[in-house]
Amino acid sequence: MTPRSRLHVPSPPARPGQEPDFSYLQISPAGAVPRPDVTAAARAIENLSVEMVRVLGEDHRALGPWNPHLEPAELQVGLRHMLLTRLFDDRMQKIQRQGRISFYIKSTGEEAVAVAQGMALKPGDMLFPSYRQQGLHVVRGHNLVELMCQCLSNTHDMCKGRQMPIMYHWAKGNIFSISGNLATQFPQAVGWAMAAAIKGEDNIAAGWIGEGSSAEADFHYAMTFAAVYQAPVILNLVNNQWAISTFQGFAGGEHKTFAQRGPGYGIPGIRVDGNDFLAVYAVTQWAAQRARQSGGPTLIEQVTYRAAAHSTSDDPSRYRPKEEWRAWPLGDPVTRLKDHLIALGEWSEERHRALHQELDAHVTACWKEAESYGTLTGGPSLDPLTMFEDVLRDMPPDLQRQREQLRALRSAAADGAPAAASVAKEG
Amino acid sequence: MARMNMVQALNSAMDVMLERDPRVVLLGEDVGYFGGVFRVTEGLQRKYGEHRVLDTPIAEGGIIAAAIGMGVNGLKPVAEIQFADYIYPGFDQVVSELARLRYRSAGDFHAPVTIRTPCGGGIRGGQTHSQSPEAIFAHVCGIKVVMPSNPYDAKGLLISSIEDEDPVVFFEPKRIYNGPFDGDPHKPAIPWSAHPRGEVPDGHYRVPIGRAEIVRAGKDLTVLAYGTMVHVADAAVRATGVDAEIIDVRTMAPLDVDTLCTSVCRTGRCVVVHEATRFGGYGAELVATVQEQCFWNLEAPIQRVTGWDTPYPHAFEWEYFPGQARIAAALRQVMESA
Repeated sequence: MTPRSRLHVPSPPARPGQEPDFSYLQISPAGAVPRPDVTAAARAIENLSVEMVRVLGEDHRALGPWNPHLEPAELQVGLRHMLLTRLFDDRMQKIQRQGRISFYIKSTGEEAVAVAQGMALKPGDMLFPSYRQQGLHVVRGHNLVELMCQCLSNTHDMCKGRQMPIMYHWAKGNIFSISGNLATQFPQAVGWAMAAAIKGEDNIAAGWIGEGSSAEADFHYAMTFAAVYQAPVILNLVNNQWAISTFQGFAGGEHKTFAQRGPGYGIPGIRVDGNDFLAVYAVTQWAAQRARQSGGPTLIEQVTYRAAAHSTSDDPSRYRPKEEWRAWPLGDPVTRLKDHLIALGEWSEERHRALHQELDAHVTACWKEAESYGTLTGGPSLDPLTMFEDVLRDMPPDLQRQREQLRALRSAAADGAPAAASVAKEG
Repeated sequence: MARMNMVQALNSAMDVMLERDPRVVLLGEDVGYFGGVFRVTEGLQRKYGEHRVLDTPIAEGGIIAAAIGMGVNGLKPVAEIQFADYIYPGFDQVVSELARLRYRSAGDFHAPVTIRTPCGGGIRGGQTHSQSPEAIFAHVCGIKVVMPSNPYDAKGLLISSIEDEDPVVFFEPKRIYNGPFDGDPHKPAIPWSAHPRGEVPDGHYRVPIGRAEIVRAGKDLTVLAYGTMVHVADAAVRATGVDAEIIDVRTMAPLDVDTLCTSVCRTGRCVVVHEATRFGGYGAELVATVQEQCFWNLEAPIQRVTGWDTPYPHAFEWEYFPGQARIAAALRQVMESA
């Protein structure tokens, strides 16, 4: 046989109808990975990019050097934020299925990423999320009504009807605007962090992308610029195993861990159990402290699982086993933190049910209020003439003319007559 | 007042803004220690330090993305893309991010970034160092697009761009960095010191974005041009003896429709000149606008003189370049049409 080249086309371990198989996943025991000093040289801690930082053990106790030793009250806040994020997601999905919003993206199964990280950072730190970190808004206290109004494109929509649902932003809360184009926020986060350092400020930036979008050039830009200037930034790569229908192997995850890309750039890479609230909190705290001390950037790979569909437009039953989520070896972040609190004697199933009920009622009340500001199909609505605003700071003459053209068309339509004169004049 | 070429005028604009506004930072490939491959940022890192004039990795997408992040964090970044031909790796960051950030966040976020980039041919740059992609950017809503034709405008427009709260893509026609080029490569180069627009104030002044300028008054015909082609058109007008009004468009977006169309409605004839390729080029927008506004005043079909619809060929750049002869032919043709 003459040797010839062949492509390796990655294939996930299991397809619909097959047994889920996560044997490819390397998992370190809880408490097993040493915690280096935040001043450690990147090359001295490359093991962190291969092993997996985990704190919560099988018996639901916090183990080892990465235990952040949070007060029970803080853990309860974390549980509350994660549960609220999940219930909010569940409700919005139902609402989308009823046709009352056009689109939605859930973060189910990966709530610990945004919530634990949001809690570990300071309010002045600037966050550059992807579309699956709604938990950041929850942690920073963004009123759910405002998030819902954005999804509704109603009169209270922060984006004035210009963005698809979930493309939130919150300037006051230091959470950047979601683009919709993948990975673009990653190098922007680095630029923000560079500016903080240029200005001599203490705040750091944090950016998030998925393992799928880490294939974009923007990931490389972010890593290169962060490494070159030792920018005070935390670069988070959320490896939830699936990018719509392609498994993590299509982003290059078969050969090395995503965290291992860090050392290639001279940046510490930390691989963490993304469903372990305590571990995610601890590595974020480590990276933040390092960045604030001029120690430069850190790449954190959060190993988690996208339990929900990519979006409401997606049907994962066509490309992965339905039972995969149940077989996911790192469990459910909400259940794991709940069990930990129960093991500490600081929580109970009854309190959990009560919290569930309370938050569910809160989501209901928020939705009622949000709907009162208008829906896509009814109630008060935004003035379409506002679409001409904010293209530039001041509206240029051509846009003023186009706005007047639409105004004339609308008033003519309202009067039942065609706006012939005005259209002809404009051409 | 000082005598400056365009390189010195642009350098002076950045010097003035770095001095006046601590938020201004420069970044780009080779712009720091070395002062830029065209010397436009020469001496600025030495004067303002390496935190304000940054050499960057060779990654145009990264440069523009970093500038956006800096802009969001309160700085006024001026990013240099070494050649306009190199801007495409950063195109997504310009089109999807920089241009739309203010809009998509309903005004809550914006990034006042200026992107400077040398454009145009006539320097034996071949197809990757000669392009004029202004139409590609003028097509994108949410950015301003500027191209000066002389040192005075270059400095005043760059200062306006840096001060602007909106993003600006600032094209620098590199063939006229050192002198006003009339399209004849065989004549000795003329320095800017011999040109009235080589007189440049040392300090701060602005040339407004969004305003075209009548650089030569005339009665019979209006020539719309910008960048290098203003000078080539001027030479062609002199050669033909046509009493043409020449308008330097200066800002591709937002366009100064009134100045352009007032002139064409008066002269009744129009020739549009640019160095970029013709199909879907910026000239098409100019012609369409003039036609909409001036149709009943037109005495002849509007002509476009542009680069051919081919890449810029290294060996045949003067056959490609829309020089005096082609402009003169268009002028005559428009004058002869009745």
